[in-house]
Amino acid sequence: MKIRPYLFSLVVLGFALMLSLAVGSVFLPPAQLWDALIGHGTRVPDAILWDIRLPRTVLVALTGMALSGSGAAYQGLFRNPLADPFLIGVASGAGLGAVIAMSIQWPYSFWGLMAIPIASFIAGLLTIFIVYSLARVGKTIPTTNLILAGVAFSSFATSLTSFLMIRSTGEVRRALGWLLGGATQAGWTAVIAILPYLLIGLVILTFGGHALNLLQFGDEQAQQLGLNVTRSKTVLLIAASMATAAAVAFSGIIGFIGLIVPHVMRLWFGPDYRRLIPLSIIGGASALIFSDVIARVVIAPQEIPVGIVTALVGAPFFLWVLRRAKNQGYW
Amino acid sequence: MLKIESLSVNYGGRSPRRVLHDVSLNVQSGEIVALIGPNGAGKTTLIRAVSGVIPSQSGRVRTNGDDFHSLNPIQRAKYLAVVPQAVSLPPAFTVWETVLMGRTPHLGFLGQASSLDESIARGALERVHAIELAERRVGELSGGEAQRVLLARALCQSTPILLLDEPTAHLDLQYQVSLLELVCDLAHHDKLAVLIALHDLNLAARYADRVALMVAGRIQASGSPREVLTAELISKAYCLPVQVVKYPFMDVPLVLPGK
Repeated sequence: MKIRPYLFSLVVLGFALMLSLAVGSVFLPPAQLWDALIGHGTRVPDAILWDIRLPRTVLVALTGMALSGSGAAYQGLFRNPLADPFLIGVASGAGLGAVIAMSIQWPYSFWGLMAIPIASFIAGLLTIFIVYSLARVGKTIPTTNLILAGVAFSSFATSLTSFLMIRSTGEVRRALGWLLGGATQAGWTAVIAILPYLLIGLVILTFGGHALNLLQFGDEQAQQLGLNVTRSKTVLLIAASMATAAAVAFSGIIGFIGLIVPHVMRLWFGPDYRRLIPLSIIGGASALIFSDVIARVVIAPQEIPVGIVTALVGAPFFLWVLRRAKNQGYW
Repeated sequence: MLKIESLSVNYGGRSPRRVLHDVSLNVQSGEIVALIGPNGAGKTTLIRAVSGVIPSQSGRVRTNGDDFHSLNPIQRAKYLAVVPQAVSLPPAFTVWETVLMGRTPHLGFLGQASSLDESIARGALERVHAIELAERRVGELSGGEAQRVLLARALCQSTPILLLDEPTAHLDLQYQVSLLELVCDLAHHDKLAVLIALHDLNLAARYADRVALMVAGRIQASGSPREVLTAELISKAYCLPVQVVKYPFMDVPLVLPGK
């Protein structure tokens, strides 16, 4: 096992974490940060770190992990370089589920918040079921049909979400606004609410690397090489959707991360999914943390939506990596 | 050995079309059986059905008493390896990564290859004279190289049965000959049971121990090349007048189109 890609990604992630904890309305220099982390700090830095920055940073990191990890898996499952959590409609469906859950149970209690990722996971699974049934031809599911059905359903779910948000009034509307804009104020509750789905989903995807490698040769060859294709695809699809639903539940629609991070990792470290999935997970955390830091500081004290940053900074960065790539046909 | 017993296959859901009718065929260990017949006769379908990627309506495929239908893909992949028709391979994988995937049925839980797996993969690449390609990307290979890599991947599975679907299509003469010499060696020396679909009748005549002629989903004739490659049978199967003469320097038939 090559260790250097992991070391590199983890060092970058460590740097991103420190930056995210240090930067904000009050700058926490490294010494103060360290004191607060190990519990030797004074009251104010302690409160900033533990109640505000750490939960936010962790939530952002988890969201980035889920979006990139599932993005890499979707690209492998559909053998399509344009695939990401939004392509087959899972993210939009899950987002719709989250919004429905939010709008019917204001004000929020602890259990109310816990119900949001459950609703988005169920809606995500329902979306897969609907999209699969629509795309099915006999016993096979042609990828083109699947993507077309997914894109169509995705638009449908997004419109319905917008409609619900416009129809909502007063408190609910404001709540939807802050939840979908990135649930920075939900704190540790949000982290706890999404953690189980996210962990289960990402662990399964990490173990699915070899199956994804085989699937790159097509279903038929994969099966002749000994893979139970239908079962592997189903398990991986559900796992990726769990992770996606967890990410969408509190962060809304954050585009680009799930598409670009896996491609950057593929360009740098090769197409082997046994490496690509864990590296995309780590890289996704770093990428979204950096984006979140930029979103916080650019026009401070105001924040801009992180989705704008991911595309605004992510697109040029990706094009730069793509341009520099020495390997033709890396996909 | 491979035993195919009255296998029937339908295509299409609502108005099924029968594409294989009661096909029975045995391939002994150490023997090459060539599957010939015009396009659309069902050669590829037979190979796909035997390898288990498409369902069959009736009949059985067996080896040493094991019914293939009752095996899962991993167990099947330990019995039977397939070299597919010239296909587009995912270009970014290296030859080494591709060949190692042949070890799939033997790998552990996480798909990590052991040093035994690696030495088997190295041996397979040496066997097909492609060890120098190991670091190359699959997308950069020529047709002949890609076909050898796919054969090495199949050898990696360490199976007693090998199926090849027109492995010489699109290959130049020297690659056709070297590939088939290698397949001969695998059958006669390593005692594999080899079923190979070939569209070139004269290559079939030269390299196969037995030939099975398929027409419209049925086995029309099977036997030694001299028994099957007759002017009468071939003319009828291909709807084309042919002449069969003796190969200049070998005791096998040579099929020539025309009167």
